[in-house]
Amino acid sequence: MSNNYLIKPMSMALEMLGRISSSEHINRWKLREPALKLVYQGMRQSVRVGKFVQSQYLAPKPLDHDETLKKNIPPKNDRFDLTLTREQQMVRDELLKFAKQVMRPMSRDVDSGEVTPEFFSQVNELGLALGGVPEAINGAGTVRSPVSNMLMAEDLGYGDMSLAIAALAPLGFVNTITEFGSREQQARYLPPFTEETFVSASIALMEPEARFNVNKLKTLAVQTNAGFRLNGVKCMVPLGAQSELMIVFAELEDHGPRGFILERHYPGITIEKELNMGLSAAGMSRVVLTDVEVPVSALLGEQEVHYSHERMIDLARIGICGLSLGTCQAVLDFVIKYANERIAFGEPISNRQAVAFMIADMAIELESMRMLTYRAAGRAEQGLPFHREAYLAQLMCARRAMQIGTDGVQILGGHGYVCEYPVELWYRQLRAVGILEGTFVV
Amino acid sequence: MINLEIPKKLRQVGDMAHAVAEGMFRPISRKYDRFEHAYPEELDMLRSILQGMSDGGSGMGAEGLSQKKKGKSKEITNGNNMAVVLNMMEICWGDSALALTIPGQGLGNAAIAAVATPEQKKRFEGKWAAMAITEPDAGSDSAAINTTAVLDGDEWVLNGEKIFVTCGERADLVVIWATLDQSLGRAAIKSFVVEKKTPGMKVTHLEKKLGIRASDTATIILDNCRIPRDNILGTETIDTKMSFAGVMQTFDNTRPVVAAMSVGVAKAALDLTCDLLSREGLTFKYKGNRFEIPAIEAEIYRMEAELEAARLLMFKAAWMADNGKPNSKEASMSKAKAGRVGNEITLRCVELCSSLGYSEDHLLEKWARDSKIFDIFEGTQQIQQLVVARRVLKKSSKDLK
Repeated sequence: MSNNYLIKPMSMALEMLGRISSSEHINRWKLREPALKLVYQGMRQSVRVGKFVQSQYLAPKPLDHDETLKKNIPPKNDRFDLTLTREQQMVRDELLKFAKQVMRPMSRDVDSGEVTPEFFSQVNELGLALGGVPEAINGAGTVRSPVSNMLMAEDLGYGDMSLAIAALAPLGFVNTITEFGSREQQARYLPPFTEETFVSASIALMEPEARFNVNKLKTLAVQTNAGFRLNGVKCMVPLGAQSELMIVFAELEDHGPRGFILERHYPGITIEKELNMGLSAAGMSRVVLTDVEVPVSALLGEQEVHYSHERMIDLARIGICGLSLGTCQAVLDFVIKYANERIAFGEPISNRQAVAFMIADMAIELESMRMLTYRAAGRAEQGLPFHREAYLAQLMCARRAMQIGTDGVQILGGHGYVCEYPVELWYRQLRAVGILEGTFVV
Repeated sequence: MINLEIPKKLRQVGDMAHAVAEGMFRPISRKYDRFEHAYPEELDMLRSILQGMSDGGSGMGAEGLSQKKKGKSKEITNGNNMAVVLNMMEICWGDSALALTIPGQGLGNAAIAAVATPEQKKRFEGKWAAMAITEPDAGSDSAAINTTAVLDGDEWVLNGEKIFVTCGERADLVVIWATLDQSLGRAAIKSFVVEKKTPGMKVTHLEKKLGIRASDTATIILDNCRIPRDNILGTETIDTKMSFAGVMQTFDNTRPVVAAMSVGVAKAALDLTCDLLSREGLTFKYKGNRFEIPAIEAEIYRMEAELEAARLLMFKAAWMADNGKPNSKEASMSKAKAGRVGNEITLRCVELCSSLGYSEDHLLEKWARDSKIFDIFEGTQQIQQLVVARRVLKKSSKDLK
């Protein structure tokens, strides 16, 4: 296994050493001692000693090129279209049923943070993560489909946003591996998701800072002779405390943000559950990395895949937008029913323009969010540049989702403020839109 | 398959319209804004171009709006409604006021295309038709109009006053909404075609306006105006059971077109603003933490997102019409969204560009004046919200007023 990262700096340093020592200036100015000391320090820095760590996952051989997921090439005479494919519609029907019958009824209870193992078994039966794993290795996936993934987020978000995040976390991990992982990493880390039990996996991107910037990560990775060493703190990691597998994003010295696949047993990882304004069922956790050593093979994409941090962020933003669409639809449907039934001054409050217009505006802005999110996802799927569209979608959703959340409480008046009704829960969940990054990579 | 991109064939339609907007409209934009009631003769050439295209079956212009999806094909199509809104958006990027005064493209033409008999269509072929609905005492409440139509032998006798008639002065015909019997409410409202120079119909006044000054806005008085019996559009019979829906149906298809006008003018403002700001050093890369970029850059992105939403909602409504899906809610949503964001964006762009925005040296201030009307005519913002609310809440006009 070549260590390209080491060879170039080393050879440059040696060349420079040669030049310095042959220079007459060194002797003239009595600089030999300090110069040698400098070079020694420099050399020591470029060859960090690390601990060899072993992955617990076997990789018999890397995936063949034709075993990986295909790009979804759209048909030739493409036209503006808002209809789902037959398969997408079938999945939609199934997930909406799950959202209404399973997720929504437990929504309030799981807000305490306790999600039963039974829920995860039911989620596993849906086969979400399975759909992202290539058919060739016992998965159900054939193409990379950000649109289908986004639709799943929308439908599960309709049930409960926090449970949706929990349910989708493994699929987000799988999507990140199929999108950015090397063929060997795919062979190593995807098979667990084809099994009978739910396998928790997470993406760790956010960091606990008010001015957190996705492009300026403070979690650092340095190269060692055994692989890499990570130090830093990650927050809002979904299912963090129960995840066996995690992709941690860190700033790799001299290279910018990169992903690292961590296995829970690697020494130096401390995980604690966090308490947040909402989304407690998502199991958001704080991950502290203290001199965590990882093998060379942990680098997402290794030497094989060009990693684009911007692309990863954009795909995750589409995912978060998708979640917000479902939750906002839940708010809208709920307030329509409530406003039509609640009587005040002798008639339903929905007969009053002030209330009716607020609801009309919620509907209009939800459609606005939906159009931008769908467009971004459509472009991502077709291989068109979509950074601008994902950026604008996130801007729109960040503003409008919270507006819908707060209007939802307003329409219910005092009843909206108490825990007997779901709107206060959605209010707390929707505030996360505009904050979350990396939560669900489509 | 979900795809919100405009296909190549349609894009070409848009590009052609953009060329007309840039080459023909922009150069004369300021002139006709300053000389409010001067007739823009440069547009006569456009009439021939459009007539040629229309006869060639491109479905462009007002006629294209009512073409329903033919046949039982279940295949998704991007048809005439989409072409018309795209075309209108691009033309209004040029000049929305001139767009309203393109010879042969009046709202009356849309009504004729929708409801006229083949005989009538032949009779009125090639004529520019305005539509007269609003009266001094009846705006949003169009069912309360007072203009009457009484059958006398083989002629209708019309009496009343119409205001805010777009193209009222320049058009060859005016389609007049009148009631056969005020006591029977909206079921008795019919439309009648009155040719210019018919005795008894007179343009008495042209409005001076805040914006869209190149478009003539007329007051028309009908004083015992006699027209042939077969100048009525649609049936003579009053069917009290039939709702207003039939007449309003034209509006389901014109609402996205008005949305398109608003989107076009707002896009013009945003494009010029970004251009002016770029010349002064600003770049737009959609990068960086959105709270850490310059406020002015964040404002541009915010407006861009809102405009995108308006544009896509407009296309969605048109797409639904093309594919035979009932789209009353979406049509109103698109007009409501475009009307409000279009106005907000054009005004904000003036502000962002400081004195350059306020000066007549650039068209920004004109667009900020033009945009206001699109949130008002063809159903105000509030009426659109009412339509959307009724649909979403499943309420009748009896319950939600």
